[in-house]
This record gives sequence, structure tokens and C-alpha cells, in this order.
Amino acid sequence: MKVSVWKGGAEGAFQEFEVPRLPSQTVLDVVTYIQRALDPTLAYRYACRVGMCGSCAMTVNGAPRWTCRTHVDKVVRDERLQIGPLKNLPVIRDLVTDMREFFDKWARAKGQFEGGRSKSDDFHAVRPDSANRLQVDAAIECIGCGVCYSACDVVAWNPDYLGPAALNRAWTLVKDERDGAKLERLRAVAGDAGCHSCHTHMSCTERCPKQLSPTASIAGLKREILKSVVRGEL
Amino acid sequence: MLAVCVAVHLATIIYAVQGGLTAAEILGRTRGNHAWLAFYSVFVVAVSVHAPIGLRAIFLEWLRWRGASRDIVLALFSAALAWMGMRAVFSVFI
Repeated sequence: MKVSVWKGGAEGAFQEFEVPRLPSQTVLDVVTYIQRALDPTLAYRYACRVGMCGSCAMTVNGAPRWTCRTHVDKVVRDERLQIGPLKNLPVIRDLVTDMREFFDKWARAKGQFEGGRSKSDDFHAVRPDSANRLQVDAAIECIGCGVCYSACDVVAWNPDYLGPAALNRAWTLVKDERDGAKLERLRAVAGDAGCHSCHTHMSCTERCPKQLSPTASIAGLKREILKSVVRGEL
Repeated sequence: MLAVCVAVHLATIIYAVQGGLTAAEILGRTRGNHAWLAFYSVFVVAVSVHAPIGLRAIFLEWLRWRGASRDIVLALFSAALAWMGMRAVFSVFI
């Protein structure tokens, strides 16, 4: 089959390669074959190759996916494939993007836990079936792969927008009873670059390889902010 | 709030049109009607607040427009909507 692969940086072009079609082949297999047999200069990322780490995320036929978890059979069209770097991020080279902005926004959304207890305090008991914890658990499995960020229209249109992953993580911490920085965090996600810029297109939810719903988390943040404003806290 | 206003407004105009009311008949019912005056004034205020907020995001996303100039233009637009709306409300309900 004919595989078009992005070569270059921000400026570049799709280069076409002829790749043998095999049974049970993933897109990562295809990229690896190209780099090993056809073009050793091709730059790409992967690590676990079994759908756990999120490193191999790329744009396949226009949609962001984990290439190790994408069977060629599912995406090939007329024996053609197009593989590019993740969208909405600067391209370092070929299929490798600079993810610093993605993680910087995570930090700007206050996506870090801030506990209030020391080791001499007792444990903060959190019931796993409590309403708050169930909401956290529904969103906690994010591994920061960047697929949602790459799928998001608002990230493309508004360079300041914190993005679905950062806001999803902020939500899990807002609902975490042990965390002490709730108001600060709500302030961090309540600005123009925060949750209110989400248009609920749900591309993030559609594409998340872990079936998370950043849209639901962002809706939750909007509700929490409204509650805080009504209570006079924000 | 706006959703409620829109729903009530739609129901009302459908009722008036299906009921075959003439313009004179409608105005006969609305002029001097304080309850409807209050309702439609709230509707105008809600629209004047809601529409510019939405446009603010669109101006950023599609025109990359930021800063004070954008907000000033939107404030003027909000005032314009409020003026046009209240002018209509006054002519129908007072």
C-alpha cells in the first residue's frame, strides 16, 4: 500500500512510501518498517507499543490516534494511508512534536495535587464509592498522550486555551477531597483560556484512547465555578 | 433564563399566528400589559448580555481579535441590542 508520511518540520511535505501489507498490521508497524527498511532518517516516537504509554500518538488519515492500537485494516482507504505528526503542537521533525506547551498548560490549570496533611496526621479516608470519588475515578486514567489536545477545535482556534487534558486533570483535583487548593484551581481554569471556552464539540471525548470524557469534566468545572460564584467564594 | 424566554416567546407567537390575530388585535392585548412588559424587558436584557459574550469568543477564534478594542466594540453592540430591544418593547407594551 502507499503510505504518505510527513517529512520536515513546520515546513515540509508528505513523502510517499510503498509498504507491504501484512495481516494484523498496526500503523506503528508501518512507521517502524519505513524507518528500518526505507528511510532511516524518519523521526518518530513510541515506547511500549502495546497501548499503555501514549507515546506513539500521531495523525492518521486526519484523526489523532495511538498508532500501536490502530490496525491498518481499520483506517486504510483505497490501499492508502496518510501519517502526520499530532496537530496543534509545534513539529520538531517528521512525526515528532514538541509537547512542552501541552504540559505547561497542565501546570497553568493547576493540575498538581496539593495536600494539607503531614506524615504525622492520620490518613484522609476517602470512600471509593462516594459520589466525589466516583467522579474522580471516571476521569483519573489520563496518561497525557495529547490525542484530545490534538483533536480539539478550540485549541486550534485559541492558542491560549488550556485544552481538554489539563482541564480534565484540574477537575479530578477539584473533586478530590484531600486536595487543599480548590479555589486557586477554580480561578486558574475560570479565565478566558479556561473551561468557559469549551464549545462542547466533544472531539476530545470521541478520540480519547482511554474512553475518558474531558467534555464531562469541563462541564463539571463550569458547574463548580458557578456554585463558587453564587456562594461568593470566587 | 434565555432558554425560558425563547420558549415562552415562541409559544406566544405561534398562539397569536395560529389564532389568526391581526396586528391591531395583538396590540390591543399587549398595550398597557405590565406583566408582558416585564417579561419582554427581561428577555431584552438577557439577549443584550448573552449575545456579546458569545461573540467575544468567536471574535477571538475566527478574527484573532483580542484586547480592549474588542471589548469596547462588544459593549457598544450590547448597548445597541438593548436600545433596539427596549424600543420594540416600549412600542408594543406601553
